[in-house]
Amino acid sequence: MLKSITPLKIYMLFFLVFLYAPAILLPIFAFNDSSVVAFPLKGFTTEWFGVLWETEALHSAAKNSLLIAVTTAILSTLLGMLAARANARYKFPFQRPAMGLIMLPMVLPEIIIGVSLLVVILQLGFDLSLWTIILGHVLICTPFCIAILSSAFMNLDQSLEEASFDLGQTKIATFWLVTVPLVMPGLISSLLISFTISLDEFIIAFFLSGTEPTLPVYIWGQLRFPQRLPSLMALGTLLLAVSLILLILAEYFRRRGAQKTGTADTGGFI
Amino acid sequence: MNKNKTHNNWRQSDAAQGLFLISPTFVFCVVLLAIPLGLVLALSFWTQNYLELDKTLTLANYKTAWGEAIYQTLMARSLKISACVTILTVLLAYPVAYFVSFHVKPKHKAMWIFLITIPFWTSYLMRIFLWKVILGYNGVVNGSLIGAGLIEKPLSFILYNQNAVVLTLGHAWLPFAILPIFVALEKIDHSLLEAAQDLGEGPIRRFLRVTLPLSMPGVLAATVIVFIPTIGDYVTPRLVGGPNGLMISNMIELQFKKANNAPLGAALAVSAMVIVSVISLIFVWLNRKYLKAR
Repeated sequence: MLKSITPLKIYMLFFLVFLYAPAILLPIFAFNDSSVVAFPLKGFTTEWFGVLWETEALHSAAKNSLLIAVTTAILSTLLGMLAARANARYKFPFQRPAMGLIMLPMVLPEIIIGVSLLVVILQLGFDLSLWTIILGHVLICTPFCIAILSSAFMNLDQSLEEASFDLGQTKIATFWLVTVPLVMPGLISSLLISFTISLDEFIIAFFLSGTEPTLPVYIWGQLRFPQRLPSLMALGTLLLAVSLILLILAEYFRRRGAQKTGTADTGGFI
Repeated sequence: MNKNKTHNNWRQSDAAQGLFLISPTFVFCVVLLAIPLGLVLALSFWTQNYLELDKTLTLANYKTAWGEAIYQTLMARSLKISACVTILTVLLAYPVAYFVSFHVKPKHKAMWIFLITIPFWTSYLMRIFLWKVILGYNGVVNGSLIGAGLIEKPLSFILYNQNAVVLTLGHAWLPFAILPIFVALEKIDHSLLEAAQDLGEGPIRRFLRVTLPLSMPGVLAATVIVFIPTIGDYVTPRLVGGPNGLMISNMIELQFKKANNAPLGAALAVSAMVIVSVISLIFVWLNRKYLKAR
């Protein structure tokens, strides 16, 4: 079936170059010894990473982002777990419309989510804070968590839970001792993915941030200063590296989950 | 006693347990999604007088949003850009999905899909910014074309206009177009392809008459999944669009933030969502009717 070089393979090569062009250029400019982000390259330097250490505003933005991403990951995985479990295990009235509403943020433009939350928060008289960003992020991360966890719960062998009931365990004990360990790889994958989405999210964070910026909001503010660009490239490179590691871990756990439940592994997260 | 028993039965039933389990997530989404969306809808019928919100119902915002030239232009341009992005991504995505589904060994498929989805999850802002560097006057594309002696002066039609917005948005949404097409292709029963071959169809006719129609549900899903959210991006137009590449979302953002006219912003947002949803529904309906795609 595979002949050596086909037009389709050449197309795939161009496609991958196109797809990864920005990701490849990012570290190249981060290590480039020039205050202008442009070709030709001048030489190798780690100066721009040094600049990051000395920027105080960046550190607080990083702390905010971490706090938001960790909280978002935990909350959206918990909410996702409940919904995915309910949807996979039970038949109940209004199941489709309820799941439809929960999955809606996947196709809704993020600006709509940002705007609508902003309106509610201001109407209720709350101040914009890190918590308002967390609420927005949980809303957009939960559908992805459900997408990951659904397959874990669908493939769960129900007889294992029944065996636990027969052996006298309560519902809650069974859930923690049998169900959770079996879907653990899915849970870890879901935590990592939602952490990554939250860490990188800009549109909603921009609408809902008060005085404390997240990393992307901080980057957005700095993009208009040309002299800051090389250090932003360095920051972008670090974030890219972190996201890559987290995504690779997430994929590893997702696959382990698929193996654990013995299902054929055909696709990615969605 | 008896009553207690039926009560217990209901509590043990699938329906009750399912509703109980889903309720936290559902309530969260009602409070933070359904109610806020409803409020945006209500807001679009109200008016703003400086700091006061006048809650008398009026269509004034919609008259402005649909009547004034600037909003008409922005809306038409946004729809055009979104449509171009959708066509571009689906056309670019199909061969990729086809390659992964038909030419990659089953055990490597997951890795390929992973490879394709990685860029989608990372460095949203930096990615868009780097397209500015790639397409710029002294950018990567112009630099290499001049270096190769293909052009003498840098091309100016590739940055700060609508082409740049279409390309950058297309790049961002490619993975979302590839996944549904890939899933549809994976579902195709390969014996159908063999049957077509046995009946004397060449590879191209077999593709057009068997593979493509069977994968249409994926193409439809990809179209809708890309078309609706792209209308809402305001970062890409702002960074690479230039003055003539701004879209309706830039105006929505402006109204909610600096211009402080949230009701007009809400009317614009509702109008944009209604238009893209109606277009998507008509598109899906036409396809179901004429192509019999499920």
